[in-house]
Amino acid sequence: MSERVLGGGALGESAALAVAPAGQVGEVGTADEVGQVGEVRAAPGAGPQTAATSVLSGVGVSAGTAIGPVVRMTSPEPLPPPRPVADAAAERSAAERAVAELAADLAARAERLSGEAKEILEALAMIAEDPTLGDDVRRRVAAGTDAPHALTEAFDAQADLLREGGGYLAERAADLEDLRDRAVAAVLGRPIPGIPDPGHPFVLVAADLAPADTANLNPDQVLAIVTERGGPTSHTAILARGLGIPAIVAAAGATGIADGTNVAVDGTSGTVTVGVEPAANSADVPHARATRAARTQVDLADLGPGHTKDGHPVSLYLNIGSMKDVRTGAQGAGLLRTEFLFLGRKDSPSRAEQHAAYLELFNAFPGARVVIRTLDAGADKPLPFLALPDEENPALGVRGLRTARLRPEVLDDQLAAIASAAEAAACEVWVMAPMVATPAEAADFAARARAHGLQHVGAMVEIPAAALRAARLLEHLDFLSIGTNDLGQYTMAADRQDGRLPDLLDPWQPALLELIALAAEAGRAAGKPVGVCGEAAADPRLAAVLVGLGVTSLSMAAAAVPAVHAELSARTLRECRELAEQARDALDPAQARALASRS
Amino acid sequence: MVERTVVVGSTSGLHARPAKLLVNAAKEQPAAVRLRVGDRPAIDTRSILAVLTARVKQGTEVTLEAEGDGAEAAVAALADLIARNLDEEGDEDE
Repeated sequence: MSERVLGGGALGESAALAVAPAGQVGEVGTADEVGQVGEVRAAPGAGPQTAATSVLSGVGVSAGTAIGPVVRMTSPEPLPPPRPVADAAAERSAAERAVAELAADLAARAERLSGEAKEILEALAMIAEDPTLGDDVRRRVAAGTDAPHALTEAFDAQADLLREGGGYLAERAADLEDLRDRAVAAVLGRPIPGIPDPGHPFVLVAADLAPADTANLNPDQVLAIVTERGGPTSHTAILARGLGIPAIVAAAGATGIADGTNVAVDGTSGTVTVGVEPAANSADVPHARATRAARTQVDLADLGPGHTKDGHPVSLYLNIGSMKDVRTGAQGAGLLRTEFLFLGRKDSPSRAEQHAAYLELFNAFPGARVVIRTLDAGADKPLPFLALPDEENPALGVRGLRTARLRPEVLDDQLAAIASAAEAAACEVWVMAPMVATPAEAADFAARARAHGLQHVGAMVEIPAAALRAARLLEHLDFLSIGTNDLGQYTMAADRQDGRLPDLLDPWQPALLELIALAAEAGRAAGKPVGVCGEAAADPRLAAVLVGLGVTSLSMAAAAVPAVHAELSARTLRECRELAEQARDALDPAQARALASRS
Repeated sequence: MVERTVVVGSTSGLHARPAKLLVNAAKEQPAAVRLRVGDRPAIDTRSILAVLTARVKQGTEVTLEAEGDGAEAAVAALADLIARNLDEEGDEDE
């Protein structure tokens, strides 16, 4: 992950830029009122309610329910007014001490971590003790500015410089603002903003979470996460899903909930019921934790194959990026990403090296099906060895299968290695290409793959053109797999990396569901499987909708499998189809969700 | 004053990991080393913010300069680091 040393800071966009998803948020009222409006209702399993409950609605991004007391993340208080500086030397050392403490604290926290979280904190510590920043602070104090204002102005000046750099640098600006708030709190003797540690399990409520916060989050204490900003693909969402913690983003009004108020969070429906009875003290809180533990640690083999209530089979597969994502007992891998082998390489890994890596992964799924995706580079995941030219708009440029136009030998080597590993492996290997747009591309990829002896060849459906022409694609292919994240961004013309458009990137968008339905119908007509391997598959209620649309398999992170399995087991195929019909007919994602949670 | 011109070898330029390694190495040097790109003002190699906002890409010629005790060794050490492709060298974390 070396390219993300300073990464992960896309969050924390300024409040002025945060856009509340229309029609989804701001519906705050008593449970009864809301029930009459028919938009939002109390979540199932939300616990006992008193007459004083109210419901907030947001976007559920990590499934599961939890009840517990709210603890809000300390947001920075406003700066006191500027004051004249009598002793410039004392003022200067106060500012220097604050910055030194900040850097030391970040470095100490980095020590306790590993991997990407450690690198992020190390990078933040390095920024905190940056001499350019320090010199600027000293210059401002010498000119008569007090320490809190000198710190604020110096950090803001650097944040502005980064923002002018655009792209990757602009994302670092949020890191500077986070550091600014911490340094100012230190110099004023205020509590350092960040994840609170009240000493008991709690529901974390915040405006948004910065990478430095999420790296510090204790999953044993945080029962659920509710943020006012952020979207379905934000840092908060990804982190929460990874930890199996129920989470809701874009919940307007959440930071207005008083600390200590008991709330019921339903990460599936996206509702927060405020003012519920406490979780029968030590009884339900541990229960919620046990449920979460069950979700993350359950033996997938005990669940058995996925199916609806009436026995219609729906394969539940895992999304795999490396060996660490493998869990025993899964039905197979629905999306095996191969980028890990190529990251940071100047030359393509040899066929022998690829063969060994693929074989190890294939053998982790004995007797099962593994759908391996060929190299998906470009846009958000540049690979040095492909030496692709800079692009103004990489999301619409040479990425996915398109890179084979420039470097066909890389694809051929990879297909040869996949084929030889498949030959040696004790599982059924299917291969698919990312970012296929036309039947001609599908035909070309299929011919290449089959020339290497691969028998099951498919394509990802991530481009609306591919969904619209799914039937033509299937004339050349054996299966399709829908990547809902990219299909969503291209359908709505909304950048996945942009935290300001969560409503457009919502996987419940009826237009996205229409395209999924088109692809699924094409598969049904051709008698060929059509799966979903995007984040949408990990949302249990949406998973039922997808099955109703005709999707035959769902692929997701291991932590999401038990909840999706349970949801499907509770619904007949006919119910799923009714849900799907309602969701497609909905005016917007909020209505689609509301209709789906009513049934 | 010691000066040396070198071509940036890292794939990502002086960003992300290469930038971090450069700044860490610069802090260990006995002399302060400045970096110039073309006719832009020289920046302090110990400042991650200055290095990042300089936006130096792979293949760019940069000039390192330092003076005083240890200047020679400091410039040599950083020039060597900048010329390498740090994106390809092992990552201890993964």
